[in-house]
Amino acid sequence: MAFLSIPVDKATMERGKKVYIQYCIACHQVDGGGVPGLNPPLEKTPHVAGSKTKLIRIILKGMDTHEEIDGETYSNVMAPHNHLTDQQIADVLTYVRNSFGNKAIAITPGDVKYVRARTK
Amino acid sequence: MNPISDLQLEVKEKINLDIENAGLKLPAGFSASALADSVGKARHIVVTKKGALYIKLSKLVKGKGILYAKDTDADGKIDDIKSFGNYIGTGITIKGGYLYASSNEEVFRYALNENEEVTNPDAPEKIITGLINGRQHNTKSLVLDDKGNIYVNVGSPSNSCQEIDRGTSSKGKDPCPILDSAGGIWQFRADKLNQTYKDGIRYATGLRNVMGLDWNYQIDELFVIQHGRDQLDMFPENFTPQQNAVIPAEEMFMIKKGANCGWPYCYFDVQQNKKVLAPEYGGDGKKTTRCEGVEQPIVAFPAHVAPNALLFYTGNMFPGKYKNGAFVAFHGSWNRSPEKQEGYYVAFVPFKDGKPSGPWEIFADGFAGVETVMSPKQAMHRPCGLAQGPDGALYVSDDVKGTIYKIIYKNN
Repeated sequence: MAFLSIPVDKATMERGKKVYIQYCIACHQVDGGGVPGLNPPLEKTPHVAGSKTKLIRIILKGMDTHEEIDGETYSNVMAPHNHLTDQQIADVLTYVRNSFGNKAIAITPGDVKYVRARTK
Repeated sequence: MNPISDLQLEVKEKINLDIENAGLKLPAGFSASALADSVGKARHIVVTKKGALYIKLSKLVKGKGILYAKDTDADGKIDDIKSFGNYIGTGITIKGGYLYASSNEEVFRYALNENEEVTNPDAPEKIITGLINGRQHNTKSLVLDDKGNIYVNVGSPSNSCQEIDRGTSSKGKDPCPILDSAGGIWQFRADKLNQTYKDGIRYATGLRNVMGLDWNYQIDELFVIQHGRDQLDMFPENFTPQQNAVIPAEEMFMIKKGANCGWPYCYFDVQQNKKVLAPEYGGDGKKTTRCEGVEQPIVAFPAHVAPNALLFYTGNMFPGKYKNGAFVAFHGSWNRSPEKQEGYYVAFVPFKDGKPSGPWEIFADGFAGVETVMSPKQAMHRPCGLAQGPDGALYVSDDVKGTIYKIIYKNN
């Protein structure tokens, strides 16, 4: 897992944090802890640190599956955020994948563009 | 009582709640204790005339969703818990020899014996079925009047009836189709089986989500508290996150049949002290179009503090100012970033002749166990249910750890 140690550049993290504060913090909270029973946490979950494609799709299409995450369910819906640019999505996902105790490989605007083109 | 599965208080000794007042801050003369500290996600509660508790759970414990909890040796700790009901939910109440409990779609009732023990734990009567369960705001809080009617909250499966729920700048559906089957209080008969929407009456509408409701027998009227709307700042051209944090009130209403409380078209602005048009419907924070004639709140509480239970106090233990007044359990906010979260307390509103007679005040605080809550999961306990004991004590449930608090007043 050597790639995990590739440092994410500071400017990306700063830009990602700005997007997070504007679009994500209300529900997912300042510590990424979410809201018990309502909004899922972003910490210690494969949804965030796992597949890039799945994570990008959640941003583009939103999420209303209410699936169980670590034994808890969450009742609020997440609206699609497909109005964000490829750069904004890449920045914010890279930020959450490297915040709140997460450490995962960065997501690039190219990754987002690729998934967006293949997502209805 | 038929044998029903026994639970053990497995974690009873692990958390020390034998601290002063179980960690709560209370007015002079009051004290609190924790009867139990880990019963599960304890939502609404009711106390029997013998002082036992029925506790509705929003997550099953060993396959069961209702607890019957007793302190058999009167040492101030629950030591005997039986459980029944294989469904999750929030609403639970006792009236006229029956225990009423709700799942998120149905309402059941159980016959009680002279000690208010359930006699048919595995075979309740299903009195209401097929209510909307849209996940969001799906709890079915209950209360009954003296005429054999039961009132059930059907919360809106939406924040503000937008085309895209919680979507940035997404417009409101007009008219909002949700109001046909949710976003209001429905009245049914308490003794009729298998009632559906067509058997009930939409008693009040324009209520986004009501968890706290109670019948005021002094004036024979229904009172409710609405969870007000979230996320005004989805419309960034009109609202900042800081404005969202403080503007949209949690409103208490006295409800008469046919009342329209305004959701989703209007919300109550705490700062302007009036109903204004929601941004989803063209509002800019000032316009009041469509809001004339809608029900006005009798109390406007701070934004987002989440009223989860309402109880009119009719006991004799507490001092006179509390008699017939309203206690409100505030679960605590989540939608106040970047400001700190608020709520996580039990408030009191003095009443005289069925009307608020003074400003509301915080009655019991300190549930969160931390000075400042920035993110809701930092709160160690969150008030969710309220009940009055036969001796006039006030019981409060917590749905984080499952603590059951008992608050008493000592006249000395």
